[in-house]
Amino acid sequence: MGANAKLQQQQLSQFHNHHLLQEYEKQIGSKTASFSVQAYRKWIPKALVGWVMVTCGIALWLYSYMDDDGRLRRKELLQSMCDQRARMLQDQFIASVNHVHALAILISTFHYFKNPSAIDQEMFAEYTARTAFERPLLTGVAYSERVPDSEREEFERKYGWTIKTMQREAPPIRNEYAPVILSQETVSYLQSIDMMSGEEDRENIVRARSTGKAVFTGPFRLLGSNHLGVVLTFPVYKPKLPSSSTVQQRIEATAGYLGGSFDVESLVENLLGKLAGNQAILVNVYDVTNSSDPLIMYGHEDQEGDTSLVLESKLDFQDPFRKHKMVCRYHDNASWNWSAIITTGLFWMVGILIGYIFYGAGNHIVKVEDEFNEMEELKSRAEAADIAKSQFLAMVSHEIRTPMNGVLGMLALLLDTDLSSTQRDYAQTAQACGQALITLINEVLDRAKIEAGKLDLETVPFHLRSLLDDVLSLFSEKSRNKSIELAVFVSDNVPELVVGDPGRFRQVITNLVGNSVKFTERGHIFLRVHLEEHAKAVKNSKSNISSPMDGEESDSRQFGTLSALEAADEWNSWDTFKYFVAEEGFTMKDSSNGGTTHEDATGNLVTLRVCVEDTGIGIPLPAQYRVFMPFVQADSSTSRTYGGTGIGLSISKSLVELMGGQIKFVSRPRVGSTFTFTAVLQRYQGNDVNNAEKKRNAEDLPSSFRGLKAVIVDAKPVRAAVTRYHLKRLGIVVEVASSIKVAATMFGENDTLAAGKNSQPDIVLMEKDACFSGEEHGSPVWPSDWKQNGNKNSVRKFAKMILIATNISNWEVERAKEAGFEDTVIMKPLRASMMAACLHQVLGTGRKKSQGKGSSNYLQSSLLCGKKILVVDDNRVNQRVAAGALKKFGANVECADSGKAALELLQIPHGFDACFMDIQMPEMDGFEATRQIRQMEEQANEKSGAEGSIVEDGEDGWHLPVLAMTADVVQATYEECVKCGMDGYVSKPFEEQKLHQAVAKFFQDKPISRS
Amino acid sequence: MPLHHYRPPPNHGGITSTPQQQVTHQPPAMDVLSQLRHQLADYTNSLHRDGFLDDQFSQLQQLQDESSPDFAMEVVSLFFEDCQKLVTNMARALELQAVDFKQVDSSVHQLKGSSSSVGAARIKNLCVAFKTCCDSQNRDGCMRCLQEVNRECVLLKNKLQTLFRLEQQIISAGGSIPM
Repeated sequence: MGANAKLQQQQLSQFHNHHLLQEYEKQIGSKTASFSVQAYRKWIPKALVGWVMVTCGIALWLYSYMDDDGRLRRKELLQSMCDQRARMLQDQFIASVNHVHALAILISTFHYFKNPSAIDQEMFAEYTARTAFERPLLTGVAYSERVPDSEREEFERKYGWTIKTMQREAPPIRNEYAPVILSQETVSYLQSIDMMSGEEDRENIVRARSTGKAVFTGPFRLLGSNHLGVVLTFPVYKPKLPSSSTVQQRIEATAGYLGGSFDVESLVENLLGKLAGNQAILVNVYDVTNSSDPLIMYGHEDQEGDTSLVLESKLDFQDPFRKHKMVCRYHDNASWNWSAIITTGLFWMVGILIGYIFYGAGNHIVKVEDEFNEMEELKSRAEAADIAKSQFLAMVSHEIRTPMNGVLGMLALLLDTDLSSTQRDYAQTAQACGQALITLINEVLDRAKIEAGKLDLETVPFHLRSLLDDVLSLFSEKSRNKSIELAVFVSDNVPELVVGDPGRFRQVITNLVGNSVKFTERGHIFLRVHLEEHAKAVKNSKSNISSPMDGEESDSRQFGTLSALEAADEWNSWDTFKYFVAEEGFTMKDSSNGGTTHEDATGNLVTLRVCVEDTGIGIPLPAQYRVFMPFVQADSSTSRTYGGTGIGLSISKSLVELMGGQIKFVSRPRVGSTFTFTAVLQRYQGNDVNNAEKKRNAEDLPSSFRGLKAVIVDAKPVRAAVTRYHLKRLGIVVEVASSIKVAATMFGENDTLAAGKNSQPDIVLMEKDACFSGEEHGSPVWPSDWKQNGNKNSVRKFAKMILIATNISNWEVERAKEAGFEDTVIMKPLRASMMAACLHQVLGTGRKKSQGKGSSNYLQSSLLCGKKILVVDDNRVNQRVAAGALKKFGANVECADSGKAALELLQIPHGFDACFMDIQMPEMDGFEATRQIRQMEEQANEKSGAEGSIVEDGEDGWHLPVLAMTADVVQATYEECVKCGMDGYVSKPFEEQKLHQAVAKFFQDKPISRS
Repeated sequence: MPLHHYRPPPNHGGITSTPQQQVTHQPPAMDVLSQLRHQLADYTNSLHRDGFLDDQFSQLQQLQDESSPDFAMEVVSLFFEDCQKLVTNMARALELQAVDFKQVDSSVHQLKGSSSSVGAARIKNLCVAFKTCCDSQNRDGCMRCLQEVNRECVLLKNKLQTLFRLEQQIISAGGSIPM
C-alpha cells in the first residue's frame, strides 16, 4: 500500500510536471503569435470589406472627376460654338440691317430730294440685286411709300395701279397706306401691295417710324416661301430730321418704309452650314420679346438631341423692342466617357485584386500559423506523452521490483527450509520465474531509462579480461551441458584496464553471449575483443594477401573456426585470425610480463571491437531487419522454443550507441550468427597506473607461474590461440604444436640442442580430441614416445600433463589417465583464474592468495569491524535500529539526534569513519548538515594543505563518507544527496542486505588505513 | 490498509492467557520449551498474518544477539514511549482552535518513521491515512486517525508485551529464541 501511495504521488507530480510543461509551451506559443497577424485575425474580413469600400469610393470619385472634366469641356465647347454662331448671326443681321439703313438713306436722297425721283423700279431692282451679297440674310428688300388716304387716288393715278392688300384685294379705306413701289426682284410679288394691310407689317411700320430705327417683326410665316421669317422695317424720312427729334416730328416726316424679309429658316441654315461642327449641334433661335411665350424663329420645336445640356447665347439685332436668343444643344447625347470608365475600371480591379491578395495572404498566414501552433502543441504533447510513458514505465518497473525482491527473498528462504521434493520443485520454479520477471523488469527499466535519457554511463576503470572471464563463467554450466565450446580471446594490444561502464559493457556482452548460448546446440561460441584500428588494419592486409592463400587454406581445413564448424562471418575464421595472432608474435618470447599494451593509439580513447560468434540456428533472413526492435523476436516460435522477450538486443543496441559504438551482425540460417559491436572506452591513465595494475593483477591472477613454459598440443589453431591467450595472462611462455608428433619432435630437438637451457616445458596441455585422435590412428603413439622421452630426460618428469575438454565422460577420463594424463583435466570454458587454480593444484604451488576473496559472510561481519560510525537521526527509534544494525556488522556506533549535534561531534579532528544521516530532520536537515560538514572538511584540508601535512596523513585529506538515510528512493532525492556532498544512500527502513551493499560498496574499495 | 478492514484477531483474549497456563501446567523442561517455541512461532505468525507486524520487525529481531539481548524490546519500548508522547502532542494540537497542521504533520511523519523502523505495519499504514488527512487539513479525519492510532498503539503494545513475555519465558526456561 505504501508503494501504491508513492506511485500515485509520483504520477501526480508527473502530471503536474506535464501540466507545467504544457503551460510553458503555451506561453512560448503566445509569445511567437504576438509578432504575427494572429492577433488581428478577426479584423481580416473587416479589413477586406473596408478596403473594397475604399477602392469603390476612390473609383467613383475618379470616375466623377474624369467625367466632370469631360462634361465641362463639352459644355465649354458647346458654349463657344453657340457663341460663335450667335455672334455670326448677329453680325450678319446687323450688316444686313446697316445695309438696309444705307438703302433707306439712298432712297430718301435719290427718291425724295431729287425731283423728279432718280430711282425707279428698274434701277432699284438692279441695284439691290447687285448689292444682295451685302445682305446675306435678306431674301429681298422693298420700299413702300407712305400714302395718306387723301393722296391715294393721286398716287394710284401716278403709278397706274391700285393699292392692294396682302390678299390681293382692294384695301379698305384707312388713314394711310403703304404700298410697295420699289422692290427687289426676289420679292417683286410685293409690288403694289399695301404693307399696312399685314398685322405684323403695320405694327412694324408704326414702330419704325416712331423710333426712327430698324425694327423687326416677330417670326411668322413669310408670304411666298411660307418659311419662318421676320420682316425688317426701316423708316425713310422726307425732311432731314435732327437727331433729337420727337416722335411726332418723326411720324410727320415719314415718307415711306424700307422693308426686308429675313427668311430666317433657310438663311440661318445656310449660314450655319458653313460652320464646322454643324452636324454636332442643334441650334434654335427664339424671339423672346414676350418672355413667357418664346417664339421660335429657327430650328425645330420638338426636343430632339441632348436635352440635358442646353446653352443659350444672346442675340442683339439692335432692335430695342425685340429680344432674341439662340439656344444650342448637342445633337447626340453625350457619349460614354470610355477613358474614364476604363481607367476607373482598371483602377477598381487592381484595387480589388490587391485587397484580395492581402486578404488571401493574411488568411493563409493565419491558417499556417494555426496549423503550426496546432502541430507545435501536438508535438509537445507527443513529447510529453513519450516522456511520461518512459517515466511511468521506469517507475512502474521500479515499483514492481521492490515487492518482487521480497517474493524472491521469501522464496530463497523457503528453499532453505525442509521441503518435500515436489514443494522444492514448485518453489524453484517460482523462483526461476520470479528471477525471469525481475530480469525482464530490469530490462524494461533499462530501456525506459535509455529512452528517457536518464541512463548515465559510469566511468570507472575496470579489468576487461577478467570481466570477460566472468561473463563466460556465467554460461559455463549451460555450455558444458550443451557441449558447446565457449571461448574468449582478447588481443594483446587491448589495454588491461579501461575506463567505462563495466556494468553496461558486461550487460551487452552477457546479452549477446546469452543469446548465442540459447540458440546454439552444437559447435562453439567465440567471444573476441580487438582494437578497432587493429581489426581494420588486419582486414585491409587480409584483403591484400588473401587471394593466393585462399585455395590452400580452405583445402587443408574444413573451416578454420574454433570448433571447425562453419561460421556465419568468415572473417572470424583462422584465415583472418592468424593475423591477429601473428601480429602479436606467435611465439612471443618477450610476453612474460603479461599484458604489453602497445602505446600506438595517440588519444586517450580506445575503440574496442567485440565479436560474438556462434554456430547456432542463425536468424532467418526475413527477420534480420527487425532483430534490434524491442519486443520483437526473430520468429514468434522462437519465444516458444527458447523463451525470452526479445528486448535484450534492443537494449544492447541502445547501450552500445550510448558507448559511442555500433552493433551489427552477420547471420546465416542454420550456420550461425556473428554479432559485432564497437565501444569507445578510455584508456586508464591514472597516475598510479602501474600500482593499480599490479595490485589488480595480483588480486586477479597469481603471478607464481611467471616464467613457466607450456606446450599446447592442438590441431585447431584458433583454439590453441585461445588457450595460449589464457596461459599468457598467467605469464606462462607458450609453444604450440599441432599434433603430438610435432610436439615430440620439437622437444626431441630441444633435447639435443638445448638440453641445458631449461627449454623443456613445465606443462603440456592437450586438447581432448587431439589426444584421442592420436589414439584413433592405431597405436597410442605419443604416450610411449613421451614415456621414452621422460625416461631419457630427467627434466621431463616435471612436465605436467593436462587435458583440456569441453565435456568429458568418465570412461574418457579413465582412458586419459591410462594414456598418461594422470594430472588433471581442465574443463572449458577456459578462464585464466580457473586455469591458475588448476595449475596450482597440479604444480602444488601454494594457494596463499586463493583464499583472499573469502566467503561473503566473513566479509559481511568484518566489513565494519572497528569502524566508528555516527548515526544522525532525530527519531530515536530509527536511530536505535540503525545503530543496532550497524553494530551487528561490528561497527562502533555513536548517535546524534540532530544535525547540529552531529556537527559538534564531527569537529575536525574526529575519529569517525562514516556517517549515516537522516534527511528529514527539524532545524537542520541532512542536506544542510552534510553541506556544513563538507565545508568544515574543506577548510581543514586547506589548512593542513598549507602546513604540508597531507602526505603524513596518507590520504587526500578529510573526507568523511556520508550516507543518507531516506524513506523515498526517488532519483531526485539521490541527485540531491550527491549534490550536497553525500556519498550514497540507504533506504529506510533498513534491510540488512541493502545496508550491507551500501556500506560494502563504500568500504571495500577504500584502502583500509585506519583499522 | 483501510481502517474498516480492521477486526480484532479472533483469539485475542486466548493468546495472552495461554502461555502462562502452559508454563504452569507442564513442568517437563524440554517439553515446555518446545511448546513455548511453538507458541511463540504461532503467535508471531498470527501477528504477521493480521498485519500488526511486517518484515521489519523480523529484521529487528535478527539484530538481537548475545551482545544486546534485549535490543528488540529496547527499541520497541522506545517506540511506545515515542508513540505516547507524539499522540499526546497531536491530541493537544488538534484540540486547539487554530490547528497547527504543520506540527501535526511533522509528528505524524515522526510516528511513521518510527513505526516503519519497528515494523508496526498497521500504525505505519494508519500514518499514511493520517498524513493525507493532515495535508487536506481535515480536522475530523485527523481526530479519527488519532484515535485509531492510539487504539492501535495500545493494542500492539499488549501484543508485543505478550510476545516478549513469551520470549522471556523461553529464555528463563533455559532456551534460546529461535530466529
